[in-house]
Amino acid sequence: MDYASLSANLLFVSFIAYLAGTFFFGGAVKSSKTEKSYKDSMWGKIGIVITIIGFVSQLGYFITRWMASGHAPVSNMFEFTTAFSMMLVGAFILIFFIYKTPSLGLFALPIAIVIIAYASMFPREITPLIPALKSYWLTVHVITAAIGESILAISAVAGLIFLAKNIDLTKKSKERFWLEAVMFTIVLVLGFVVSSTAFSLSGYEADFNYIDKNEQPAKITYNYPPLFGMHDYEQVTTDTMKPWFEMPSIVNAKTLTTFVWSVASGIVLYLLLRLIFRRPIAALLQPFAKKANSQLMDEIGYRSVLIGFPVFTLGALIFAMIWAQEAWSRFWGWDPKEVWALITWLFYAAFLHLRLSQGWEGKKSAWLAVAGFVIIMFNLIAVNLIIAGLHSYA
Amino acid sequence: MSKIKCQCGHENPFGTVLCEKCGRPLTEEAKDSSMVDMRYEGSARRSQTYKKSIIDKIWNFFSSVKIGVSIIIAVLSTSALGTILPQKFYVPVNGNDPNAYLDYYERLYGTFGKIYYHLGLYDMYNSWWFKILIGMLGTSIIIASLDRVIPLYKSLKKQRTKRHPSFMKRQRIYGEEPVVNPDESLVNAEKALKDMHYNVKTEDGAILAEKNRFGRWGPYVNHTGLIIFLLGVLMRGLPGFYVDETMWIREGETREIPGAPGYLLENVAFTVETYDKESADAVFGEALDKNGAIVSNFQSDVKLYKEKENSLPGSEDVEFIKEYPIVVNKPLKFDGYSIFQMDYKTGELSKMKFALLNKETQKSLGEFTVDLNEPAKKYDLGSGSSIQLMEYYADYDGIVDGEPVSKSPVPNNPAFIFNMITPEHPEGEKSFVAIQQTLEVEPNDYEVKFQSVESRNASGLTIRKDKTLYILLLGGIVFMIGVIQGSYWQHRRIWIQKGEGSEMMVAAHTNKNWYSLKKDIDKVKETAALPAYTDKQDKDTAADTMEGETV
Ligand code: HEM
Repeated sequence: MDYASLSANLLFVSFIAYLAGTFFFGGAVKSSKTEKSYKDSMWGKIGIVITIIGFVSQLGYFITRWMASGHAPVSNMFEFTTAFSMMLVGAFILIFFIYKTPSLGLFALPIAIVIIAYASMFPREITPLIPALKSYWLTVHVITAAIGESILAISAVAGLIFLAKNIDLTKKSKERFWLEAVMFTIVLVLGFVVSSTAFSLSGYEADFNYIDKNEQPAKITYNYPPLFGMHDYEQVTTDTMKPWFEMPSIVNAKTLTTFVWSVASGIVLYLLLRLIFRRPIAALLQPFAKKANSQLMDEIGYRSVLIGFPVFTLGALIFAMIWAQEAWSRFWGWDPKEVWALITWLFYAAFLHLRLSQGWEGKKSAWLAVAGFVIIMFNLIAVNLIIAGLHSYA
Repeated sequence: MSKIKCQCGHENPFGTVLCEKCGRPLTEEAKDSSMVDMRYEGSARRSQTYKKSIIDKIWNFFSSVKIGVSIIIAVLSTSALGTILPQKFYVPVNGNDPNAYLDYYERLYGTFGKIYYHLGLYDMYNSWWFKILIGMLGTSIIIASLDRVIPLYKSLKKQRTKRHPSFMKRQRIYGEEPVVNPDESLVNAEKALKDMHYNVKTEDGAILAEKNRFGRWGPYVNHTGLIIFLLGVLMRGLPGFYVDETMWIREGETREIPGAPGYLLENVAFTVETYDKESADAVFGEALDKNGAIVSNFQSDVKLYKEKENSLPGSEDVEFIKEYPIVVNKPLKFDGYSIFQMDYKTGELSKMKFALLNKETQKSLGEFTVDLNEPAKKYDLGSGSSIQLMEYYADYDGIVDGEPVSKSPVPNNPAFIFNMITPEHPEGEKSFVAIQQTLEVEPNDYEVKFQSVESRNASGLTIRKDKTLYILLLGGIVFMIGVIQGSYWQHRRIWIQKGEGSEMMVAAHTNKNWYSLKKDIDKVKETAALPAYTDKQDKDTAADTMEGETV
């Protein structure tokens, strides 16, 4: 087997391991009455062993893909997002060994699974590097930034558990609404995965010619039935549907189409879940969060920001500046990607100050941790896909 | 202002809340509360003490963390606004014509683009108000830190081991209870605490166990790093600290390097390479099939020269320094300067070859080549024939008012007026020659016929010199040291004291991670009899214990 296919298989193994790990952590939480007893439960021990196996296997994916391509596998959406999920699991394992709490695994692993599934929807072939990406500093920068983000993400997981436990879901409230909104967002990501997989299995393709932003002719292929047409489009494939609307040249109608399909399938999926269980998703999770210790979750949330913030600063700002200086001759250029890294950083700085001197602990702190994760994901998804950066010559 | 004398005899600075030495509450407010604010040890902070003059007010404004966080949030949210549409810097508009920018934003983004432009958001990171925000952030960091670090340092230094019971009682974590053998407990506790790497001091039936005090200085160190960084950014305004120039240089040309006086650069060749399927690794095959050509390299091979000392500026007397292939991510570096590969143009016309023909016989009287950047006035073809170049239009753009005009000095569309001197026409015949067309004033016997063209590439380079980089890097390093110091080490203190009779008191304080602090106390309790304690701020542990005991 060559490295490339070995790598793909290892990733698959880790995916399965995380599924199994979730199941065992669920067992650990369910089978024991208290945090103290489930700490030592057999289920929890098996859970962490399987998680470590999955992590090692994913590390194997990372290394073999690196060997196959000759560069660190963090150069496109699929690779970066997969690496992020790996580090998320790594960060979980680290925190698990400090605090020994299976509740965290029960929530962290499914998030890692969703992220891997999301990543797999992007083109997976190994691409060669364009000149701007050929830099040792880029590798160091991206990997460190991803490690930082994944540790920060753990605080959001702890925050979610805290909220799922402490928010009264029997009464209507703003908190209940927003918690369910977070769950809904996760279901939307699943909607994207489901619809994207369905259309790609069916081999759907619709080709168009159009006129791009710089008034040049261009070509594009949709993998979803085209709801929105590109600027001045001309249909090449004839047996596919005709777009409902034509978009102006600044809108990428293909991305918009994918987005609308994902949201639509997400909504359908969400409604189905609500119909089947007849309860908000947050209420389904609450029993699993109930046994977690609030103080402990609060502390994990804070601790992971404390551990992650310096790593994030180093990777996403300092190494990024060094690389930008080498590649583009300026360490800072107010490019959207850079600005959003700065925003993330300032946000966590605000978090730390609020917590330290305004005493924002408990729920407030948990909400901030969840909001931080939303910013990180926004940076990863929206800034890459929607707000086009300058990385063009690059 | 007068000093405050505590009952223990210590003289505290005006404004002190808790005696620096024994911890007795000194203000009425502190005496009345069940828990005191220990964040800065109840020390006398300027912002809490002086509130009258205008300077006090400014100081107090900037030293408030609420204000500090508000400034951070303001920077964060305005920064986000600037990412909605591309900034001026990234917009493909030439020159600095404001209307061209307005047109661009309006054409692509409609009314929203127009508003965005008029609000100045298209160049917001350079706007005065954004700079003021950053200035306020810096001021706030400096003032807030000074306000706290000095009094904090003093009181941590002066603290004594044995504290007054009124201090102990007002700690967040506190417990008192009679125990069987207080002295034995103290001995056991001391040992247990030492085993956990606490720094233990004893005084007259009292223990102070302290750990990681140096973590307390982390925030101040990291704030210093931030200030060094901001100062570095300010310094690029000073002359000589910062050079930022661009140059276009064609293959074969040698030019002075703008911003680097005395240095010359020769562009030997510019190349663009792409991955090709045969030679690239088989693993890339799929990607290349899907995406088409992918560029693998942009490269300018250059030679660097320096004018000799004492030579006149612009003289030919130069000394070769080095040869270097500039590629993206690998700038040419010399004498503090860096030259970066930023842009390129391929296929710029450089030379055109013509032949002089007899129209009737199509017999050639010879060929000549015009260098489009430095055309000669005259081309001698021998045997009495020659060509005079009367006029040259590098970028011919039609005829305006009966005269041909050139749009730019770049040879995009060259046109010529030649005077053809032949043995038959010693005075010459005039002919206007442009790509695809020839015009004659009156019918000629001879014509200049286009034969071939040579083109060449040009490199777009950026020249930078930035003396502030080391300051910025220093700021970054100091920030990292501080942030690690403050985040990975938490300052913890545990006080244990004998009270009246067999009473024992335990109190504890940390600046963060109370959960771990309590774990430490519980660990001590495994070997030493200590009173049960409560955490006055922990509302749900009680509830948690009901559902299942805590760890
Ligand atoms: C980008 C800007 C800033 C960054 C990155 C930053 C970073 C930090 C960090 C990491 C801490 C330690 C927090 C913790 O350990 O939980 C801290 C503490 C602190 N910061 Fe900042 N800070 C910034 C701006 C400010 C501003 C504008 C103020 C003004 C009020 C301020 C005042 C403080 C104070 C008072 C502390 C607590 C110090 C202590 O506990 O001894 N910071 N800062």
